[in-house]
Amino acid sequence: MIGFISYLVFFSTVAAILAIAVLGLNLQWGNTGLFNGGIVASFGAGAYGTLILGGTPQDGHLGGFELFYPLALAGGMAFAGGLAWVVGRLTLRLRHDYLAIATFGVAVAFENVMRNATGVTGGAQGIRGFERPLQNLLGSGFSYNLVFLVAVLAFLALVYVFLERLTVSPFGRLLRAIREDETAARSLGKSPDRVRLAAFVTGSVIIGLAGGLYGTFYAFVSPQDVLPILTFQIWAMLIVGGAGNNRGAMAGAFLIWGAWTFSGWALSRFAPVEAQLYTGSIQFVLIGMVIVGMLLWRPQGLFPERLVVSQPGVDTGNKQRD
Amino acid sequence: MPDAVLTVDAVTAGYVPDLPILRSVTLTAERGKLTVIIGPNGAGKSTLIKAVYGLVPISDGIITADGKGILGLSPDRMTSVGIAYVPQSDNVFRTLTIRQNLDLALQKHARADEKLSELYARFPVLADKQRDRAGSLSGGQRQFLAVAMALAADPGLILMDEPSAGLSPKAAEEVLDHAKQLTGQGVTILLVEQNVKQALKRADHCYVLAEGRNQIDGPAADLLQDPALGRIYLGRERRAQA
Repeated sequence: MIGFISYLVFFSTVAAILAIAVLGLNLQWGNTGLFNGGIVASFGAGAYGTLILGGTPQDGHLGGFELFYPLALAGGMAFAGGLAWVVGRLTLRLRHDYLAIATFGVAVAFENVMRNATGVTGGAQGIRGFERPLQNLLGSGFSYNLVFLVAVLAFLALVYVFLERLTVSPFGRLLRAIREDETAARSLGKSPDRVRLAAFVTGSVIIGLAGGLYGTFYAFVSPQDVLPILTFQIWAMLIVGGAGNNRGAMAGAFLIWGAWTFSGWALSRFAPVEAQLYTGSIQFVLIGMVIVGMLLWRPQGLFPERLVVSQPGVDTGNKQRD
Repeated sequence: MPDAVLTVDAVTAGYVPDLPILRSVTLTAERGKLTVIIGPNGAGKSTLIKAVYGLVPISDGIITADGKGILGLSPDRMTSVGIAYVPQSDNVFRTLTIRQNLDLALQKHARADEKLSELYARFPVLADKQRDRAGSLSGGQRQFLAVAMALAADPGLILMDEPSAGLSPKAAEEVLDHAKQLTGQGVTILLVEQNVKQALKRADHCYVLAEGRNQIDGPAADLLQDPALGRIYLGRERRAQA
């Protein structure tokens, strides 16, 4: 029983971290219509940034600055935001599929840099020597994982509340307006380029937070953690949950992560031995099928976007005209 | 000397370099007047209005608003020089409510509440339906909302791109009537229209474009009687032959 609970805590922690990343993507795609195909670059920037800034000194790669953990995490988020700003300045004039291709290219380049810039990132062996915060106090077992889960859930709740407020704020309405019609937004004196960049950077900072927490949880990050499949997993989570709906985005994260881990377990247990060699590949195919299936049969996701009427009307005395 | 709010002087413009749609087009919009641009399909009417608003690159010529050059000014800065633009279609945000559409337009207005009440008084139908989605409005109501959003910036000049397109004859007349009413309140309107007769009945001055060039211009009442215009644009000759 304790083993199951322990696994549940582990599962929930990873799912909640991914849910934060899906919320970041939801701001970019669901609210603003930015097709970010390079989520994993922001995620990786957050993870690498946090571990490089907060880790202990290591031979062979940059880092070991041993910064106070909140500062290291904030630094990781700032790395993600800085990278997004540069990428956004270069690519956000592109539309939809072109933007997706360009940002996907950035993510592939990011993974290659992490793999080959050994002196900075530890290369294929990744960043080591990171001591998780409060580990001295809580140890590294179940109790630590439980506290960490609570912390991740608190971050998830904070990000959710922030984004919900943003959605109904004037800025949130502007995002939706630009998503719907850029020319109309320009005709009102709005600058879609600036607003899109702000949304892209904000979403990437949130994804960077997820990356920082992910790196913290494992106390390790390597190029294997920033493979393109993570981008597709996070997209599948948003598509299944419902783009434009923050609750849907979180539900999608738990559902897809559950399906992913369950399919891995089921394949390793029930599939023929020869097929088990291809478990990972079969899971990739499954993710693709889920995305295509949802787009065909329920493109709005399980929890469609709620079109919020955020303000009471002004009584103008015209109510009786009809 | 007429009081020109907008002058377009020998402007050449197009979407692709070296492939101009407009060729040395010249136009003046006088203060408080309704100026209409007409012409056959592909004449460059909408391109002209977009070029004025900074949405189409200009390769040659000068554009001034109230005597100041606005060439190179990005569209999002046009409202700051008193110019508003009502696109032909997709000119409101369909998934937002009418109130939210207006709030967006009023975001930078110093007296937003007062202005909102003024707009509701001007367009009572928008007040009645303020909690409805803009996508649920009829074509004419949607144009009223688009005009109200343009008016939110207190512009001196409104550029309107075929506001009657796709509307029923009655709704089209209402929209054009409203454009005319606005000129009576000191707002200058530069209007592109396919609905030639209805536009000319209300306009003060008219420019006729064809193949990206100025063809004829003059007082709208005169042009309405001009046989040349009738022959070319209103099809009188064809009807007479028939």
